[in-house]
Amino acid sequence: MHGLSNLLLIMVILLNFFTLGSSRLGSCIRAVAIQGALLALLPVAAHGWSWHTLLLAGGAFAMKGVLIPWVLLRTIREVRIRREIEPLIGYIPTMMLGALITSGAFIFADYLPLLPEHHGDLFIPTSLTTLFVGFLLLMTRRKAITQVLGYLVLENGIFIFGILLAEAMPMMVEAGVLLDLLVGVFVMGIVMNQINREFSTLNTERLSALKG
Amino acid sequence: MLVGVLVHLALLLAFAPLMTGVINRTKAVFAGRRGAPLLQPYWDLGRLWRKGFVFSRTTTWVFLIGPVVGLVVPVLASLLLPFGALAAPVTFEGDLILFVYLLGLGRFFTVLAALDTGSSFEGMGAAREVTFSCLAEPTVFFAFVVLARLADRLSLNAMLGPHLATSWDTTGASLGLITVCLFVVLLAENSRIPFDDPNTHLELTMIHEVMVLDHSGPALGMILYGAALKLMVLGAIVVRLALPLETGWGWLDALVFLGGLLALAVLIGVIESTMARLRLTRIPQILIGTTLVTIFAVVLVLR
Amino acid sequence: MLTLLVVLPLVLAVVSVFCPWHRFRSWLLPTAGALHLALACRLVMDQHHAARPGAWIGLDPLSTLVLLVTSLLFLGCAVYAVEYLEIRRERGNRIMVPCLLVFLSAMTLAVLARHLGLLWFAVESTTIASAPLIFYNRNALSIEATWKYLLICSVGIALALLGILFIGYAALGRGGPVSLQLDDLLRMGPQVQRPWLHMGFVFLLVGFGTKVGLAPLHTWKPDAYGEAPGLVGALLAGGLTSVAFLAVLRSVQIMGAAGDLEMARQALLGMGLLSLVLAAVCMVRQPDFKRMLAYSSVEHMGILAIGFGIGGLAAFGALLHLVNNALAKGCLFMTAGNIQRAFASKKMSMVRGAISVLPLSGGLFLAGFLAITGTPPFGPFLSEFTILRGIVDAERFGVMVLVLAALATVFIGMGATVLSATQGEPANAEVHYRDRFLLVGPPLFLMLVVLFLGVYIPPPLRHLLQSAVELLEATP
Repeated sequence: MHGLSNLLLIMVILLNFFTLGSSRLGSCIRAVAIQGALLALLPVAAHGWSWHTLLLAGGAFAMKGVLIPWVLLRTIREVRIRREIEPLIGYIPTMMLGALITSGAFIFADYLPLLPEHHGDLFIPTSLTTLFVGFLLLMTRRKAITQVLGYLVLENGIFIFGILLAEAMPMMVEAGVLLDLLVGVFVMGIVMNQINREFSTLNTERLSALKG
Repeated sequence: MLVGVLVHLALLLAFAPLMTGVINRTKAVFAGRRGAPLLQPYWDLGRLWRKGFVFSRTTTWVFLIGPVVGLVVPVLASLLLPFGALAAPVTFEGDLILFVYLLGLGRFFTVLAALDTGSSFEGMGAAREVTFSCLAEPTVFFAFVVLARLADRLSLNAMLGPHLATSWDTTGASLGLITVCLFVVLLAENSRIPFDDPNTHLELTMIHEVMVLDHSGPALGMILYGAALKLMVLGAIVVRLALPLETGWGWLDALVFLGGLLALAVLIGVIESTMARLRLTRIPQILIGTTLVTIFAVVLVLR
Repeated sequence: MLTLLVVLPLVLAVVSVFCPWHRFRSWLLPTAGALHLALACRLVMDQHHAARPGAWIGLDPLSTLVLLVTSLLFLGCAVYAVEYLEIRRERGNRIMVPCLLVFLSAMTLAVLARHLGLLWFAVESTTIASAPLIFYNRNALSIEATWKYLLICSVGIALALLGILFIGYAALGRGGPVSLQLDDLLRMGPQVQRPWLHMGFVFLLVGFGTKVGLAPLHTWKPDAYGEAPGLVGALLAGGLTSVAFLAVLRSVQIMGAAGDLEMARQALLGMGLLSLVLAAVCMVRQPDFKRMLAYSSVEHMGILAIGFGIGGLAAFGALLHLVNNALAKGCLFMTAGNIQRAFASKKMSMVRGAISVLPLSGGLFLAGFLAITGTPPFGPFLSEFTILRGIVDAERFGVMVLVLAALATVFIGMGATVLSATQGEPANAEVHYRDRFLLVGPPLFLMLVVLFLGVYIPPPLRHLLQSAVELLEATP
């Protein structure tokens, strides 16, 4: 079971790199969807079979792996954009930054006062890495949709950390968290449609009329 | 020692062109053709060898030395590598540096020979070849760092030793990552799709092929043979990583190894049939990506 | 009964979605507000509903205070909304009314929550429910404001979730099952792992601080408040910030129980001072009076943070100020909405002589300005004065000088804008809009309450504030 969760986490990190380096929005969305689906398997891989973990896995899979990507894919189909044109920092530098962040997170995690049973496993470094990669996406991309993807990746990072505490989080609350995420992305999708209608682009640098 | 060298050379020289044949056959099957016989590369080499040399008046001896070095270098490099469970005939601490630089030497002379023709197309191909290979090299080095760390030794023979089978259980993640990355480098170094199309006839888009446009006859034969040898040498590392089996019987080990190589050739054929060539600007991105992934693998084994 | 408080607005929201009549839908708002306030008052009078240890929702003095304030403010906004939606009939209220009701429900849940996970859920729900409200005008500027609000607040709140998880991790491995229930965490007290607790607190402060609008996380505030309709601005500035501040105070409580109250106070004090100074700088020569109100909100959140950062008497003052600020902001935003409608602008250059055009709205706006800047005899004077006395008692004279200087700057900066907007002759005599009863009554009522609180604090309220401060100051 331990090996399986480590394998899943490594794939999550590779998907981080992919999302940072890819310019096609469709494949970015799919990468985040796969990441979400892999994360959904984690509670079962880490804590074994039980109603709680199974429900959590099912819910996370439905939300992160299916519904949210579906909403986003529908949005890019409606606003007819395919590519992120020019990120604030190029793809290769962001990937390099991603690698630096990953190494940094792994080193940093060794200094954290972790519980003995969490020493040496990949949960915490992966969680930190994914969190920061999400931030990186949020900061360096101009399209509204990639910013939403950044937010989702960030949320995924938090989810990984949350799995360590799966027994402390009651089912109701977890369901609520996932529901909030879905509705939030849905509302963001609607706003993105409006942005596109009003400005005929999804580039957020056009959103700079409000100052002072 | 001598027996080892002979077995190694025999396997290498006899088997390498077959891989090219298998790749071509796989692609033919995917395209719905019958395809050339598996042994066609051997016939091609023989035919080229029987032809005469044609040299342009602008070229010098460098033009001929390129193919020769290109043929000799993979042969020398192969002696440092274990072929499956067959130990490497020549081994010493730090030979991994020699290995990488031998490959670099071969590339250097191929590029020189291309520049020697004075053709602008060949210069373009040379520039691309050099750019992409220097992007691919860090991946190889970082992959070797992972292997050296796992084996605690600096010789290729020890790094690709029998401990790999157990390492897959403990540090499978890192090994998996570097295997995939080395495979990508293998595709790039051997000018395979998605990095380069060996069958293309448009000079503007070619990398490796454009450099050898002016070679003909035995020189072209040497280049083709050298390319096949290089594919097998790099393939040997990937196969050893992916299939660290040891049966104890020498001939069975050799069969497993050769089977692995054939599987690799089929895999390359499948990739070539299903993928399109990447735009040139995307290639550095992919290669840097693999470098970053291998760095991540290093981080994983170092912690 | 407590559950009813959360469910009631939700039920009415569902009714409003399926109801075909515009007018009826609008009237659902005051109905919900009145029922909510009545129910809240009844529950507060009833001592039975004090939080049972281990329950997921419950009332303690802190939440009682915030509940009453939000409920009162919502009622005011709801009455105002009826007439407002009548004026904006062409825009419709199919989205506005359900979102307002869901927003009320989410705020109530956030106030009542005694489980950190539930608290997070509720606060995030308020973000989502309020985004369509900011978006109401559907022009380029409101889209921009909505996008910034959604993204910044969602990311901030995500960090708060991480903070909650860190606090959970701090409690992990100390024997017994881990729970994120507030009482359980408070009972754990000093046994938790300090480094994780501190990290968790920082993330909670950053996360919920984004929602509160403490500098430097306030960037969404001027945009969102500036572009939202007046009554939404009132609800955000008065209600939502108070609710989010309650969430920050919950984390302070946890820090206090672990014996690290001092560290929490330092952090609050630092952020408070930064907010105060930054807001004061931005308010000088602010040409847009709604954005000015937004910066004023940042400023007052800073004052609250300073008050809680000093503690003792200042914390008492800060709690009182929370009430005063919420009500005064409600009045200011609603009257600002009226003025904006009359002049079709919220820029200082276009708005002149509001008092002569709209005697009531203009006058109330001026009174609100006097109240919010701490002029006697209004409530904020009393509460700010109490905070300052607390600062003097704690002998933090440097802080005091800074606060006084910032307050003076704010007074001058705001005064310049407000006076030029309200006094003088209107540049454009063609103003057809006149004050209407339902659009002036609620701000007037809120202003009277603020005035009343400045003159006299009823003993039950004083008692409530006192016990809330005791909750905050509890140490192991």
